[in-house]
Amino acid sequence: MTPDIAWPRNDYSRVPFWLHHDAAIYELEMERIFRGPAWSYLCLEAEIPDAGDFRTTWVGDTPVIVSRDKDGAIHAFVNRCSHRGAMIVRALRGNAERLVCLYHRWCYSNSGELTGLPFRKGLKGEGGMPQDFDMQAASPRKLEVASCHGMLFGTFSDRAEPLEAYLGEFGTGIIKRFLSRPIRILGYSRQRIHGNWKLYAENLRDTYHASLLHEFFVTYGVDRATQRGGVKMDGRHRHNMNHAYAATDTQEDAKAAYAGTAARLDRMQLRDRKLLEFKNEFSDGMNLAAPVFFPNALLIQINNSLATRQIRPQGVSAHEVFQTVFGYADDDAAMTRHRLISANLVGPAGLVSMEDGEAIEAVQKATRSTRDGCAVIEMGGRGEVRDLAHRVTETPIRGFWSYWAELMGVEPAGAIR
Amino acid sequence: MALDEDRLEDWVELFDEDCDYRIVTRENVEQGLPNVLMWCDNKNMLRDRVESYRNVNLYNPHYDRHVIGPLRFTDKKDSIFCFEAGYSLFQTSLEGESRLFSVGRYRVEASVEGNLAKLKSVTVIADTGLVPSLLATPI
Repeated sequence: MTPDIAWPRNDYSRVPFWLHHDAAIYELEMERIFRGPAWSYLCLEAEIPDAGDFRTTWVGDTPVIVSRDKDGAIHAFVNRCSHRGAMIVRALRGNAERLVCLYHRWCYSNSGELTGLPFRKGLKGEGGMPQDFDMQAASPRKLEVASCHGMLFGTFSDRAEPLEAYLGEFGTGIIKRFLSRPIRILGYSRQRIHGNWKLYAENLRDTYHASLLHEFFVTYGVDRATQRGGVKMDGRHRHNMNHAYAATDTQEDAKAAYAGTAARLDRMQLRDRKLLEFKNEFSDGMNLAAPVFFPNALLIQINNSLATRQIRPQGVSAHEVFQTVFGYADDDAAMTRHRLISANLVGPAGLVSMEDGEAIEAVQKATRSTRDGCAVIEMGGRGEVRDLAHRVTETPIRGFWSYWAELMGVEPAGAIR
Repeated sequence: MALDEDRLEDWVELFDEDCDYRIVTRENVEQGLPNVLMWCDNKNMLRDRVESYRNVNLYNPHYDRHVIGPLRFTDKKDSIFCFEAGYSLFQTSLEGESRLFSVGRYRVEASVEGNLAKLKSVTVIADTGLVPSLLATPI
């Protein structure tokens, strides 16, 4: 059933708040987006390097196993036993020749096929499964898996376009920038934000908030709207990237621009500057790059801290942000240490990122009681959605909603795309 | 106590200049992964973080309450005492709603000279890897 959404405008410059609070919308998102023709980020190939390796992940709120078979091929399938629905694998990761459900010991191969079940033929001629029970047909639902430079994506839909086309030149190019060399996983962090998952998706497409909400950015000069940078999107405007180039503004530019805000550009100095040290390791000179892929993925570089983030919706009013922090396999001990010190900036305790959770929860709390209210999304202009070579914009949020509405089947008449 | 009373500056003064304070999660430790949620490898980094909290960062207004279990001494190297203790940290909103924010253990090295003890190293190993909302004030 398709819900009736009264979009006030066809360019998504007004978005009704109730879309963050409606259980029916949430269920439809799980069906039409996360189990629909979108490609969701699963994990990194580097997390399952060897035959038999597996790890568990989530696509929307569906539990998924990603595993590597004995020939090295990667598979993904629903982590739910075909028998009575128990989670097959409860560990976060591991290595196994076969995966066995704890409840009645039904066995699955690394490629997600049901291969055996106890007492299938009964005991002494009694009991057992019917002779015509079809093991193949009873295997868990599989996802199609594709890798872009070691970043693994999956889709449940056979209507999805090829991953490369889905990401576009924009996406494949920027993923290659991050993953051009073999990586080393440094670890994980998790954060539960008590807000609808789309509020986080919006946050990642809003370059406008970065230098205002995250005062640390501005005060200590990590990222300011006066730096050269902007937003780039794919052709369909479903993915985007905020970015900034290091050292492309002056203290004077910044002081003038932030004169009317609370930012303290003069007074604050770090005692230990190594926190903000940036060793330029990319030929493009960007010190901040945050490409976002619809619906659930982010790659993020702030100085020398590198990570992926996966949005895991957990009901209409909460989501987990699962972050995988990495460096490169050829990093020496000093570089790994530097990346970990830089990691103080990002994640749930990040000096520049901690405010996002608070802002999202503040929106979720305050919008629950308004059925008619709408977000105003006009910074950077109305109408057509396009790339901008400046940073005072939230236009990619409108791009997000346009693709969301297309997949949900709820576009307004004359909708922009 | 200092943290529960929002005396962050006093808390910093418990540390030696050459100190190490970090918050890691059990999930990473058990996989042998070095990722940190927070890492200050000297007292100036602690001072910077506290100054940033006071003047720059915006986070959820709340009260902290640490409940710390018995200390278990694990080693003594000259004047350095090593000990561990479990903790629970509850957070309470300004409207009075409390929640369990984090549970885990401390691994501490403290130097004792005369009557003066200074923290050399505090590693917080949080069982609570799924941080509720955000982690601002230290554990």
